[in-house]
Amino acid sequence: MRSKVVLRRLFRNKQARYGTVALILLILLAYIGPYIGPYDWTDKDFLAFMSAPDGDHWWGTGAIGQDMYAVTLRGMQKSIIIGLLVALIATGLAAVVGAFAGYFGGWVDKVLMWGVDLLLVLPSFLIIAIISPRLKGGTWLWFVVLLAAFTWMITSRVVRSMTLSLREREYVLAAVYMGIPRWKIIFRHVVPNLSSLLIIDATLNVSGAIIGEAALSFFGFGIQPPDVSLGTLIAEGSRNATGYPWLFAFPAGLLVLLVLSINLIGDGLRDALDPGSNS
Amino acid sequence: MSILEVTDLTVTFPGGIQAVRGVSYEVERGEVLGIVGESGSGKSVTSLAIMGLLPRNAVVSGSVKLHGRELLGMDEDELIKVRGKAISMIFQDPLSAFTPVYTIGDQVAEAVRVHQKMAKDKAAKRAVELLDLVGIPNPHLRAKAFPHEFSGGMRQRAMIAMAIANDPDLLICDEPTTALDVTIQAQVLEVLKTAQQETGAGIVMITHDLGVIAGMADRVLVMYAGRPVEQGSVDDIYYRPRMPYTMGLLASIPRVDGEEGPLVPIEGNPPSPSALPPGCPFAPRCPMKVDMCDDEEPPLTPFAGGRQVACIRSHEIEHKGLTGADVFPVPVIPPSDVVRVPRAERSTVLQLDGMIRHYPLMKGAVFKRRVGTVYAVDGISFDVAEGETLALVGESGCGKTTTLQQIMQLEPPQGGRVVVLGKDSAKLDKDARKALRRDLQIVFQDPMAALDPRMPVSDIIAEPLRAHGRKDVRARVAELLELVGLSPEHAERYPQQFSGGQRQRIGIARALALEPKLLVLDEPVSALDVSIQAGVINLLEELKNTLGLSYLFVAHDLAVVRHLADRVAVMYLGRIAEIGTVENVYDHPAHPYTQALLSAIPLPDPEMERTRKRILLEGDLPSPADPPSGCRFRTRCPKFAQLSEADRRICVDEEPSVARLANAVDHGAACHYAEEIEVITASDDQEEK
Repeated sequence: MRSKVVLRRLFRNKQARYGTVALILLILLAYIGPYIGPYDWTDKDFLAFMSAPDGDHWWGTGAIGQDMYAVTLRGMQKSIIIGLLVALIATGLAAVVGAFAGYFGGWVDKVLMWGVDLLLVLPSFLIIAIISPRLKGGTWLWFVVLLAAFTWMITSRVVRSMTLSLREREYVLAAVYMGIPRWKIIFRHVVPNLSSLLIIDATLNVSGAIIGEAALSFFGFGIQPPDVSLGTLIAEGSRNATGYPWLFAFPAGLLVLLVLSINLIGDGLRDALDPGSNS
Repeated sequence: MSILEVTDLTVTFPGGIQAVRGVSYEVERGEVLGIVGESGSGKSVTSLAIMGLLPRNAVVSGSVKLHGRELLGMDEDELIKVRGKAISMIFQDPLSAFTPVYTIGDQVAEAVRVHQKMAKDKAAKRAVELLDLVGIPNPHLRAKAFPHEFSGGMRQRAMIAMAIANDPDLLICDEPTTALDVTIQAQVLEVLKTAQQETGAGIVMITHDLGVIAGMADRVLVMYAGRPVEQGSVDDIYYRPRMPYTMGLLASIPRVDGEEGPLVPIEGNPPSPSALPPGCPFAPRCPMKVDMCDDEEPPLTPFAGGRQVACIRSHEIEHKGLTGADVFPVPVIPPSDVVRVPRAERSTVLQLDGMIRHYPLMKGAVFKRRVGTVYAVDGISFDVAEGETLALVGESGCGKTTTLQQIMQLEPPQGGRVVVLGKDSAKLDKDARKALRRDLQIVFQDPMAALDPRMPVSDIIAEPLRAHGRKDVRARVAELLELVGLSPEHAERYPQQFSGGQRQRIGIARALALEPKLLVLDEPVSALDVSIQAGVINLLEELKNTLGLSYLFVAHDLAVVRHLADRVAVMYLGRIAEIGTVENVYDHPAHPYTQALLSAIPLPDPEMERTRKRILLEGDLPSPADPPSGCRFRTRCPKFAQLSEADRRICVDEEPSVARLANAVDHGAACHYAEEIEVITASDDQEEK
């Protein structure tokens, strides 16, 4: 019943509808767009270096003659997956670890929070530097896992402290007295009541992961040239943003659109889950 | 001349929400005006508007004159000189009314120094005097204490001290005793009376408790949906109400001296201030409604004897001498089959034998060490027979809730035995425990906190059904909703969209989902308004009779207990002080604590309130971490105070256990000198003859 009610409320929500339409359009653009354009992302046009957008190269070309339209869309395919997956994994992990630690307390809490603190104090680059040689040759999805592994800790601490107050609520007690297993109580009563926080966290994580991935690429990890992602494109393009704005504007604009659409969906979902809102 | 004159006060919040719609009243010197109304009737907003404490976006119109001086629209600088000097306010929650980081003495002294030019040491001295006046023991020492070191009752006394620091002309008390226990409430009301004699101030007393008003007020103003609907002397309002709402309100309260029979609820809910009905706002709930009621809102018109009534049929009510019980339909509750069998022959559904629950007091951050023990429940025994309601009463901190939790957890207790439906909780394995949970369910106090705000009602009620593998969930949910008097179409709504009484009904439906045999009720009506409360009490009674349930009922409201319970156990500091049938305990209480508790309850009857004598208890409940030796009640016991030194010995040395009283079948008290006396005189008919 709850999922049905929430879905109905979600689709009645204007913001969520616009967000979903925009996200679907962006995904279609990323996956179908390359077939429409005249160039492949690996093609290099040696007659046009750094040329401005025109009828042939719709979004201009880069330093070695890549077609920006094809390259940007190729990057976006990767970035959509990285952004969404990292956000889902990181927020999900934060919610589960925080809620279990807060609800069970005692040694479960101690062990989990000890792990969180350890991850917080260890420099993430150091660990990535140690692990990355072992993962060479593996799929780039490993990279998603690593990126997620270093973004969830602070949220999980917040989730834990919120759970501490939630577990004293009478409806949680009522569920205990009904004989419902504790892990079920966590997923049914604790996590949904933290959903406002988790949704905001997840939407922020999407843009964070896309940008953060570019930073890690410098360390020889993640998406490697010649392959591209929105993050690497923006990092490269921003150096020449004033002289050759199209190198920067298209990837950055698409990132903004992507994050905006996800934010809209997030807001809509939050309203749909929160019975207090009237929208 | 009157101190305060309020004329046609209206308060509008953004979005066109009219919280107060034309309130007019006057308060004379030394007079107590009681303002009664349910939550949302605008009584608190009225007083905040007078004090000029409403948020800026509230639009206030009309006139508020203090000694003929207009307060509305006055400069903030001017208003500050009035607030706390000429008008003071006492708030409901004494904890949040004090700053936690300053001592009580400093805060009272500050209140003095804000309005009077006085040296610091003199102000501090005055603060000690004021604390002494409101009956705080050792005021010199206590003035240096911080708010959290005071108990609730002491804080409220300090709040009164602060309010009367500058000899105000008018005291506004907003639910001053709602958060307190009855014995403490009696003390605080006594202090309030002293404070009034001391200052000669007029008092505006805002409360929903008709008993408190009956004892304190000279005149009463009844508010409904932001408007006064009846105003008059306290005797007129209580004995000769002429507005159906007042009549219903008076008929719906359970009385501690009351007769048997169902309560008379007022159907429906108060209207939302953003969607008022076209005519009289009470018309949709009024049994005397005629078509004319919908035409226009009746104004508050003068009636015989200096009173005002806002009802077009008030003269008819006067003429026919109607009362609440005549006008409002009295519900019929089917009788129970079980009670015909004598109690001794019925099976026992719950039995507690010397149950103990202690909590360790720990200290230290890294290395925790035990520094003491909280004796939350220290050996209590009682049993509940099938089809019976046992009420557990006592003040906050006496161990009622701990007892309930211990029973509900179905875990082995630290000491003693808990036997539910013949099964000892110490011998249960996991599956047996889960199976037993079907037969043991709970209804919580706060209907908002007890329902997951993010779950639709149907999921909430279906939760226990699914947990125990029932198949026909949908049909059962609809059936349960109907059983508790709600419409099955509302199943997809969230708890927030329901009113307090409806939410409590949802909580009851959830508890009944698995067809339990024993229902534990944790203060099920204390968070509800009186008119709503009556309906829920009737529902509980009806369900018990039709479904053959047994109740363990925890409450602090002794009037509700008298109405609903068959037997009652009075708890004090983790022990049972007195136990027996309701008739025996209420009519012939034998334990001094029960006597004090019963005498502290305000009765909604001005005549009786004026004549009855109270047994006032000294001080607060001792800490359960350090209970007195021997009899736990002896530090506050009025009887102990009268005993000779030799007689006291036994009270100090020996802890009394519950002993059956000689001349009663089912009545026992834990007192060495138990003696039955009558505290409440049985009421005659409460209405006029």
